[in-house]
Amino acid sequence: MSLGVNEPASAGSGPEPERPTVIGGSTRFVPGQSNDRITIVNGKVQLGQRLVDLWHNRDLLVLLTRTELKVKYKESALGYAWSMLNPALVLAIYYMIFKVISKTPQPHFAIWLFCGLVAWNLFNNSASASTTVVVGKAGIIKKVAFPRELLAMSTVGVAIVLFAIQMVVLVIFLALFQQAPDWAALWLLPLAFIALLVFTCAVSIFLSAVNVYLRDTQHLTEVAMMAWFWLTPIVYPFGLVAPHLKQYHLTWLYLANPIAPIAMTFQRVIYGQTSYVAAGATTPTQLLPAYGPGWYAMMMGIVILVSTGLFLLSLMVFGRLEGNFAEEL
Amino acid sequence: MTTAIEVREISKQFKLYTEKRTSLKERVIRGGKMPYTPFWALQDINVDINQGETFGILGRNGCGKSTLLKCIAGILKPTSGEIRVRGSLAAMLELGAGFQPDLSGRDNIFLNGSLLGLSRTEIAKRYDEIVAFAELEDFIDNQVKFYSSGMYVRLGFAVAVNVEPDVLLVDEVLAVGDASFQRKCLDHVKKFQREGRTILVVSHSTDVMRQNCSRVMVMNHGKVITIDEPGEGIRVFLADLLGVGTLEGSESGGIEGNVLAIGSVSAEHGGSGQRMHLYPGESLTITADLDSLAAVPNAMATIAIHDDGNELVFASDPDDPMCAIEVPEGGGMVRFHFPEVPLLDGTYSVSVGVRSATDTAIFDWKDQVTKFEVANPGRSTGRVRLPLDVSFRLRSASHTGEVPAVGSDPSPLALPGWEQSTA
Repeated sequence: MSLGVNEPASAGSGPEPERPTVIGGSTRFVPGQSNDRITIVNGKVQLGQRLVDLWHNRDLLVLLTRTELKVKYKESALGYAWSMLNPALVLAIYYMIFKVISKTPQPHFAIWLFCGLVAWNLFNNSASASTTVVVGKAGIIKKVAFPRELLAMSTVGVAIVLFAIQMVVLVIFLALFQQAPDWAALWLLPLAFIALLVFTCAVSIFLSAVNVYLRDTQHLTEVAMMAWFWLTPIVYPFGLVAPHLKQYHLTWLYLANPIAPIAMTFQRVIYGQTSYVAAGATTPTQLLPAYGPGWYAMMMGIVILVSTGLFLLSLMVFGRLEGNFAEEL
Repeated sequence: MTTAIEVREISKQFKLYTEKRTSLKERVIRGGKMPYTPFWALQDINVDINQGETFGILGRNGCGKSTLLKCIAGILKPTSGEIRVRGSLAAMLELGAGFQPDLSGRDNIFLNGSLLGLSRTEIAKRYDEIVAFAELEDFIDNQVKFYSSGMYVRLGFAVAVNVEPDVLLVDEVLAVGDASFQRKCLDHVKKFQREGRTILVVSHSTDVMRQNCSRVMVMNHGKVITIDEPGEGIRVFLADLLGVGTLEGSESGGIEGNVLAIGSVSAEHGGSGQRMHLYPGESLTITADLDSLAAVPNAMATIAIHDDGNELVFASDPDDPMCAIEVPEGGGMVRFHFPEVPLLDGTYSVSVGVRSATDTAIFDWKDQVTKFEVANPGRSTGRVRLPLDVSFRLRSASHTGEVPAVGSDPSPLALPGWEQSTA
């Protein structure tokens, strides 16, 4: 058979050389079959195409996540145990401060703390890691074409794995303290998890792209996360701030922080109580809004809706900024 | 013939910041705008690359060829214009880009394959083939950071070619590994060509272009200079872009203290037409003006030719009686005539000198005073076109008749040291 190079640009008139479909025992390349797909490269942000590409490359997301985890804990003797150390320490410190020093009368305060922290950690881990992920992977970005959002989403993937480990520990805690979650409201948990995921993805993708151009973002994020943590009812119950918020008509503004209703839903389901009666007190202390699961479901619905919008928006921002990644890095 | 890659009016602007300031403070101070100089790396590039074609992009460093390749690969986004790629595409811009040093070879195959767009099941299917191709069976579970650089690029190449794309983009990475692996790589490229896949190569090696490409695009300053067959494209590249004026003359100095001085030197080829380069085998005449204050009866003219790598190609015998000249007062012209120049592609510089025949005194020596260029329309490569005659005869005694070979040129796809039997 004649080689391709011997027939330069015969302008369509010459007979096409017959191309065998079986070459060297492998049946792979069939001209005209795999050519249906046409990739278009231009300066525009094609949101639909981006979503399709993300879906096609879901295997890559899993691999990137696995790589991150493997590299992170590869040479350490304790391995994944390290991922628990930080949350455990945070939990221990707040427990000491609130239970031992300020002597909060709230029963099973450790579980209460853990419920909010688990949700917060997923968000915090991912958002913090996402700022540096694109900058840190400059080598790949400059040389390989793939949906780069996946790098940011892989930080979410890593956070999910750590979340899963913490959830297991939380379940062990529940068993140790012989506490049961609110089984009737358990269906809220997947809803809250999805809301948390979508919102975290949106924030992570946005931050990862912006940090390429504004390297201050990573430092700013660290500080912002600290403030964000205290704006979210994790250590203190929502019930504590609710009267004050109501007084200044700030309740909805407070709940506009999507992590707040998400954390509250986690607490509502896992902690299982919306109020408790302190020893010697006659009126119950309110922890969470006393509404039924419907209210929480509605909140999660709103968060998912808004977060999906933010997710698409962050994809568009990422698409805009991505065009020059290879030269900016 | 179907077009595999359509490039339509692609332009790419880079922003060259005078100093890289990306902190928020600076942005705020400057109201969000940063001073920059626009630099057009690509300007209105239009090209159609046919399916099954091996297309080369040739150009100097910084001419935009790699930028174009990155735009086609989707790594960079063009500022304006559109590129359409038919079928799957894999880019080999750097072998082993995206390898994680801390992971094993096995994990990296999956990661890299996935980055190139394969699904897990597809990689799993090709896994054994990739490992065998990279010749890393014994080390596949070792961390990549312990690999030698050769092993590293071998693995990178093995993954990239086993992706089996419809369109393969290659950026000067063909020369990896040891000789036997190189041969394997080129065999693979040839197999790609046979299978009708499209290959786009970026290189400044004219040899690679000449032997592998069906067409060549020459670029300069982000613009297309020409799209042509390799021979002509390479000639344009060498002549127009490397700034080597062919057959140029030179004006130079008068007499400074010496009795005899060389004036202008010019080169002229014996071929027909107005072209500015020689074809291999044509004649070449170098003429040098001599000025002399007094008669020099015992002078010897010498000439030397260097190639573009400054290696000496030829120097005349300093004691050859043929080179003896007798220069009268006032001077004259000395003519060096080569009836046949068997040199192949390249730019050659000519040095001319006049020395005394009786002692070691050198009257004048003009080092690399003029240049000439040889452009080879054929596909043979190297420095010299040696006269070649190829014939074939059967081994058995009963058949003694000679069968002439089909062509006297070596196989068009063969690089030196590569197997030529497939042609």
